[in-house]
Amino acid sequence: MAEMVKKATRESYGEALAELSEKYPQVVVLDADLAAATKTGVFKKACPDRFIDCGISECNMVGVAAGLATCGKIPFATSFAMFSAGRAFEQVRNSVGYPKLNVKIVGSHAGISVGEDGATHQCNEDIALMRTIPGMVVLNPADHYEMKAAVKAAIEHHGPVYLRLGRLAVESFNNADDYRFELGKGVTLRDGRNITIVATGLMVSRALKAVKTLEEQGIDARLINIHTIKPLDRELIIKAAKETGKIITVEEHNVIGGLGDAVCGAVCEAFPVPVIKVGVNDVYGHSGPAVDLLDEFGLNAGHIVEVTKKALQK
Amino acid sequence: MNKTEKNQLQKLACKVRMGAIEGVYNAKSGHPGGSLSAADLFTYLYFREMKIDPKNPKEENRDRFVLSKGHCAPGLYATLALKGYFPMEEMKKLRHIGAMLQGHPDMKGTPGVDMSTGSLGQGVSAACGMAAAGKMDHKDYRVYSILGDGEIEEGQVWEAAMFAAHHKLDNLCLIVDNNGLQIDGSVAEVGGPEPIDEKFRSFGFDVQVINGHDFDEIEAAFHHARTVKGRPSAIIAKTVKGKDVSFMENQVGWHGTAPNAEQYETAMQDLNRVLSGLEAE
Repeated sequence: MAEMVKKATRESYGEALAELSEKYPQVVVLDADLAAATKTGVFKKACPDRFIDCGISECNMVGVAAGLATCGKIPFATSFAMFSAGRAFEQVRNSVGYPKLNVKIVGSHAGISVGEDGATHQCNEDIALMRTIPGMVVLNPADHYEMKAAVKAAIEHHGPVYLRLGRLAVESFNNADDYRFELGKGVTLRDGRNITIVATGLMVSRALKAVKTLEEQGIDARLINIHTIKPLDRELIIKAAKETGKIITVEEHNVIGGLGDAVCGAVCEAFPVPVIKVGVNDVYGHSGPAVDLLDEFGLNAGHIVEVTKKALQK
Repeated sequence: MNKTEKNQLQKLACKVRMGAIEGVYNAKSGHPGGSLSAADLFTYLYFREMKIDPKNPKEENRDRFVLSKGHCAPGLYATLALKGYFPMEEMKKLRHIGAMLQGHPDMKGTPGVDMSTGSLGQGVSAACGMAAAGKMDHKDYRVYSILGDGEIEEGQVWEAAMFAAHHKLDNLCLIVDNNGLQIDGSVAEVGGPEPIDEKFRSFGFDVQVINGHDFDEIEAAFHHARTVKGRPSAIIAKTVKGKDVSFMENQVGWHGTAPNAEQYETAMQDLNRVLSGLEAE
């Protein structure tokens, strides 16, 4: 058993870039004056010649990344999710997505757990934005080991990728020695029969706690970790719909346009079952300590347990 | 350049204009005005300046071109066709369903197009990325980008300009097609980006202001740009929108309008007259 790590996925991202730098000399990392926060500074230290600070100009950064990609580089254009996926959306769509360039757009400090910086910095829309771009792969890894594997997978996938990073430290639940990451494949963490909980990113470890509580109360819930929101593992989701009848989705994102809607889309077409979405309910956040905010917005194990039990009563 | 060489380029530029009109007329939509104003710049770049090979459009060490004002694709396409990247016949299918030539440049489907563009301001950033890659890999290719004077109202252009100067991209040469008109009126009235040369100078560029229809001045400017070290170049080319088509010259309405059959005939007569004059020289 590997050592239990509690770390923000942004830290794992920076570490992974630095560790993989030698094996993948085409990787170039760009940032927009946030290298200390997004942890690209770790890569900068390891490979100063392959790091470009674009200054506070995210739209230009995405365009520069596109130009680099046309010359054979694998650029990781990194900023807070609000800016890389939000502010530069059109640049991502037209300069990266449309020409299908090999650019990785990285959104750090995603979701409500940015905390004290408040609503302007809490990006609960990035998954929705990036999902709508044709051909864009959308990754939202859940822990340290998964993030490291996701960075490698993003490098090895030829084409545009959006990678979502979190600010808050999360407990790892994967095992470094035997964890196999496969792009586009969900991971079944608990194989229950009563109901299925589908979670992504930071919420997976919280959903895992919820499942344990439910188990103590005699409820046999299946738990699926969706690290790749697009392309979605439809097969696994539809199988769960057929076998358990009901689905709860859990994400640190607006309930509009994110994992919940992706799951609804798959299930509606193939095997309609009730899908209850746990997420940010189409409202803005506000300032406060990250963990308190997650509680306030119902993004915790207790709330997942409640919602699940209620769903089973219906 | 000698008189024969200049005459050769002028004839080619006239054919670029004819190709652009042909394309826009057949498409029944598109952007003739800026295609005609930039025709001499396209011609010089593709026939004299850039190190490129139409038989090997993806060659690693080639010079790169980004049409940041992507709506002037008809002018670029006609130039690429004349240079031999694809048959001129393709111009007749411009903007048609299934056509190789899309309304705005698409690098996925058109040989010779180095970057997909059309959303204004974005091409300059991509050109910066290409130039940065060249520096990183110690390659000696150069990157050229034509942008519109209206286009530089986009903030991203100035983000890119700051980036280019800060990173000392002396392998980058921006050419502003300064025809003075944009969709809603004159550039001076609508967005007011003048004085353009002073702006680029203050952003750290080597700046030249030239007549964008005079091949001697165009040649001298590109020659000078090659000698500049440690900073990017900007060539502000004063041009006439709709150049050489009598009823289009300096007319705001011809930014994005296709000629009807009668206007097409007049335009082709105008351009044929120019060509005959050049052939008689």
